[in-house]
Amino acid sequence: MQQELQDPVTAWELREPIAALAFDRSGKHLAFALGDGTLALAAPDASDAPRRIAAHGGAILCMAADGPDAAFVTGGDDGALKRVAADGTVSTVATWKGKWVEHVLCPANGDFRAAAVGRTVQLLARRDAAPVAAPMAVLEHPSTVAGIAVNPKARRLAAAHYNGVSLWWAHGREQKPKVLTWRGSHIGVSWSPDGEFLMTTMQEMDLHGWRLSSGEDMRMSGYPSKVRSLAWSQQPYFLATSGADRVVCWPFSGSGPMGKPPVEIGYARSSPVSAVAAHPKGDWIAAGYGDGVVALGSISTRQAGFLKTPGGGKVDALAFGPDGRRIAFGTEEGLAGVIRVPVT
Amino acid sequence: MSQVPVTVLTGFLGAGKTTLLNRILSEPHGRKYAVIVNEFGELGIDGDLVVNADEEVFEMNNGCICCTVRGDLIRIIGGLMKRRGKFDGIVIETTGLADPAPVAQTFFVDDEVKDRAKLDSIVTVVDAKHLPLRLEDSREAEEQVAFADVILLNKTDLVSPQELAAVEAMIRSINRFAPIHRTRDCGIDLAEVLDRGAFDLDRLLQVEPDFLERKPEDHHHAHDDDHGHDHHHHDHDHHHDHDHGASTGVLRHNPEVTSVSLRLDKPLDMAKFETWFRQLLQSKGQDILRSKGILDMAGQDKRYVMHAVHMQADGKPSTPWRPDEKRESRIVFIGRKLDPEELRCGFESCAQA
Repeated sequence: MQQELQDPVTAWELREPIAALAFDRSGKHLAFALGDGTLALAAPDASDAPRRIAAHGGAILCMAADGPDAAFVTGGDDGALKRVAADGTVSTVATWKGKWVEHVLCPANGDFRAAAVGRTVQLLARRDAAPVAAPMAVLEHPSTVAGIAVNPKARRLAAAHYNGVSLWWAHGREQKPKVLTWRGSHIGVSWSPDGEFLMTTMQEMDLHGWRLSSGEDMRMSGYPSKVRSLAWSQQPYFLATSGADRVVCWPFSGSGPMGKPPVEIGYARSSPVSAVAAHPKGDWIAAGYGDGVVALGSISTRQAGFLKTPGGGKVDALAFGPDGRRIAFGTEEGLAGVIRVPVT
Repeated sequence: MSQVPVTVLTGFLGAGKTTLLNRILSEPHGRKYAVIVNEFGELGIDGDLVVNADEEVFEMNNGCICCTVRGDLIRIIGGLMKRRGKFDGIVIETTGLADPAPVAQTFFVDDEVKDRAKLDSIVTVVDAKHLPLRLEDSREAEEQVAFADVILLNKTDLVSPQELAAVEAMIRSINRFAPIHRTRDCGIDLAEVLDRGAFDLDRLLQVEPDFLERKPEDHHHAHDDDHGHDHHHHDHDHHHDHDHGASTGVLRHNPEVTSVSLRLDKPLDMAKFETWFRQLLQSKGQDILRSKGILDMAGQDKRYVMHAVHMQADGKPSTPWRPDEKRESRIVFIGRKLDPEELRCGFESCAQA
């Protein structure tokens, strides 16, 4: 019998660094990807301890919901891309000997999976189950791919690397990328919900971006640490960012963010914001901090409140469930949990 | 969270890096190492905690022309932290042609790396027979010797005692400060290589209290009794004559990289020193590969310790001076085109008025 949550926060000590977390499309299943190669599968509405599923021979480095299915895809430092169904069934999607699978995505409105493996992005057809065919395409880059993103229609793919971003078609076999060039090491990438802006995070602790219709560059600087986490709000679009004392949210509606000051929400604590997540419907942004705190704030009203007290280590993973009623968090010291969202 | 110590292994292809690496991985020292190997490694090294790296040297877009980092290391060290607790240290093997500066600078520049890992030392393995030739034809060989905190002069069995002494003198002309260990098959007590704390400001004093005063002859650590302790005594006042080359068949090396050591028994004015040192690194940081100092700052009861790799510098107050101790400032530079006289004048001008 599953018990309904009483306390707003349910937490589990998993004792392994949490690289990623994801809800499946239905929101009924939640997975935490761990440093010992296991997945911890939980039901977000129950307080039962998560099931541990052995998936990888090394640390898991990345995870995504596997399209619309009740399943997850994971990449590890064992060179494997695995699929773990919500019932605990593990299958191997692909392997690359001696490589790390550092980023993976699998859009619900697409029929492919994309995995960043060294200097390549491997495009794989999504099927309900393994066994695996060869990749549909292997997209080569001049340096290691440090982040991948798809546009809202899941037709274009962006790969961040040294000195820029390469744009590919998600279904082209023989193709040349369109390269957006900007000097420096781009370590993460995200596409705006309207498809108009492509934003990267940089080694130099800046954000860089392009308005895709015009090719216009933009740059946001002044962060005291690297921006590791990006999240887009619903309309009016804001880009919420980690890396500063409070959540810095850049306005992207209308003419874009150029010349406009950002909105800052949440609290300044002893360590910067380490992870952000956007509510799927409202204008609420969740923020995780280096000291383990989780807070929630509104972009329009700037109101904010604490959801989780300090402790458990730096929040590395944070996400809302698809209906916005739950926030899941995971820390680098292995504390995982679910928070009932006090607003709707 | 404690920082994981990182040892960097440099040296040309064939010098013996992989032999040393295999010893580190196989000997029963009770510690477990994660190893980052380059894709052109000499021998296949396999294992659970072996990571293949493409050496990706990235320029930091921060206006500093010599500020380069190893982007791959930033990613890999971040990834290895997911396996935290399963290893005690990290060893990075660089390709034979690698310049050690980007590796070292990564540990100065990237905050996430600094939080989780600390550079322990740069260990350079050189081949006694081929080093002279390498120094002639490659800038990287010279950089690797210059950057070293510990040097393994390996394959001593392939050269005569005279050649060995000559090659050791050649190393000394570049880097006066790193201990040189003569080895065959990298036969060395691993305690001389691992956990040295060469980049740890707090251990700058503790580990090598006399690192600035050693004379070349003090550095000889014989690990190869066949060759005894015979070696040349050279004048290390920056006027090197290389006559030994002709008699031993060793090629002449005209060292571009040299070491300069300075001392001052008057207290330094902190502000003056900082201004001078900052300007020095700004103007000459491309040529100054490494610098280290233990300084007597006027009005401070603690000695001030500092070090730098090119333009990246770090410094802080360390242990207090003892009442019975002679207070003085000592600083060393290893680099290209060093002008000892100019450095000395600059350093002395920092004395408190």
